[in-house]
Amino acid sequence: MPGWLIYFIIFGTIFGAFGGAAVLIWFERRLLGIWQDRLGPNRVGPLGIGLALADVIKLFAKEDWVPPFADKFVFVFAPTAIVMAMLLGFAVVPFAPGIHVIDLNIALLFFMGMTSLAVYSVMLGGLASNNKYALLGGLRSAAQMVSYEVFMGLSLMGVVMLTGSFSLVDIVNTQAEKGWFVFSQFFGFVAFMMAGIAESHRLPFDLPEAEHELVAGFHTEYSGMKFGMFMVGEYLGLILISSMICTIFFGGWLGPDFLPPIFWFTIKTFVFICFFILLRAAIPRPRYDQLMIFGWQYLLPLTLINLLVTGAVVLWL
Amino acid sequence: MLNILKAIWSQLVTLVEVLRHTFSKADTVQYPEEMPYLAPRNRGRIVLTRDPDGEERCVACNLCAVACPVDCIALQKTEDEYGRWYPEFFRINFSRCIMCGMCEEACPTYAIQLTPDFEMCEYDRQNMVYEKEHLLISGEGKYPGYSFYNVAGKSIKNKDKGEARNESPPVDVRSLLP
Repeated sequence: MPGWLIYFIIFGTIFGAFGGAAVLIWFERRLLGIWQDRLGPNRVGPLGIGLALADVIKLFAKEDWVPPFADKFVFVFAPTAIVMAMLLGFAVVPFAPGIHVIDLNIALLFFMGMTSLAVYSVMLGGLASNNKYALLGGLRSAAQMVSYEVFMGLSLMGVVMLTGSFSLVDIVNTQAEKGWFVFSQFFGFVAFMMAGIAESHRLPFDLPEAEHELVAGFHTEYSGMKFGMFMVGEYLGLILISSMICTIFFGGWLGPDFLPPIFWFTIKTFVFICFFILLRAAIPRPRYDQLMIFGWQYLLPLTLINLLVTGAVVLWL
Repeated sequence: MLNILKAIWSQLVTLVEVLRHTFSKADTVQYPEEMPYLAPRNRGRIVLTRDPDGEERCVACNLCAVACPVDCIALQKTEDEYGRWYPEFFRINFSRCIMCGMCEEACPTYAIQLTPDFEMCEYDRQNMVYEKEHLLISGEGKYPGYSFYNVAGKSIKNKDKGEARNESPPVDVRSLLP
């Protein structure tokens, strides 16, 4: 691989991810509008696409305010952590054969490590705000993310067993031979998807934010671009989880030959982003204890049984 | 176990139902470009109407001001040279008005009427106070041809109600019932 190409891919990934996150602000509202029989934003530019730009300008132009009672250093650091962690997570995503920032042999572990680092952002943000709503949001997010991480990892172990490798490129190549893992690892897929929603705290599981109970949860005290960083981090997480589901369970770049592989990757990721937005439009938020019971009493046994059965199949068949 | 399956099924049905809304038309009315239909009886901006001869219908009886629950109507009675009453000033403070229509119901001469117009925003609160020249319209509103003085006569010695000059036969109130 020539030296300039890797820089091209790195910058392409960063700008693609940020651009995607910015466009998602508009796209999500638009889709929510369609599904709720509204129009959604349609005033700024054709179909309201200018809203993404207007939102970015607004966030940059707002006063950058740190509350006097906050822990200043942590308060400023927290929003950057989530964006950094999510962007680092993109490093291991293989977009097409040969088009990836790095092909680690522990790519899955790296990805899970990076999504776990995002917990710090939310937790520190809630703690440094010195505000009871923010603190409650931070507490909730810490408990939620730590418990959902357990079976997020476990749900992927079946795939790892079938592949014999943690590398995402190997996982996709194995799917070329064995078929998409969504068929052989259906319960792993279900558990991973649920955990993915909880990890990126998207709407059915957005208890750290929970507008109705906690004002805005962990980012109550944030405004301007610091809040924007949290929002961008959330959308980056959404794109990252979608691309991960696409890579691990839906064959990544694999697809019929009439389109180049990167298009197949983009299309599949796009479908999952739409699916996450559909979840937001359709499903109400559960209570906090229900969330925990759902995680520990249903999803964890499900992934363990899945792991056991997969292990037996790999061992004896 | 059955309950869990039922719950999962219910969630999936929800997703499909919402997804089906992709193809349904939005209920939004794009208001400034696309005006919603308002019934003629919609209660909006208040006007003062005139009778068929072009005279003010209002007789300054103050019933509307009494009926108004928010006291937004102010008027002052005065008399013309024939002794007929009319308002010297008639003022409605639309920043208080709640468009309840009590004044219209109280009015014995059909003078004060509510119209379907509701676009009355102002940047300056003072402009929400409408004086008589703003309220008076040149038409007859919802009751064309009605003239209070033509039907408000009194029976005198040889003439019954409505038989004198310039009088119409009295309104048969029973025929107005549905």
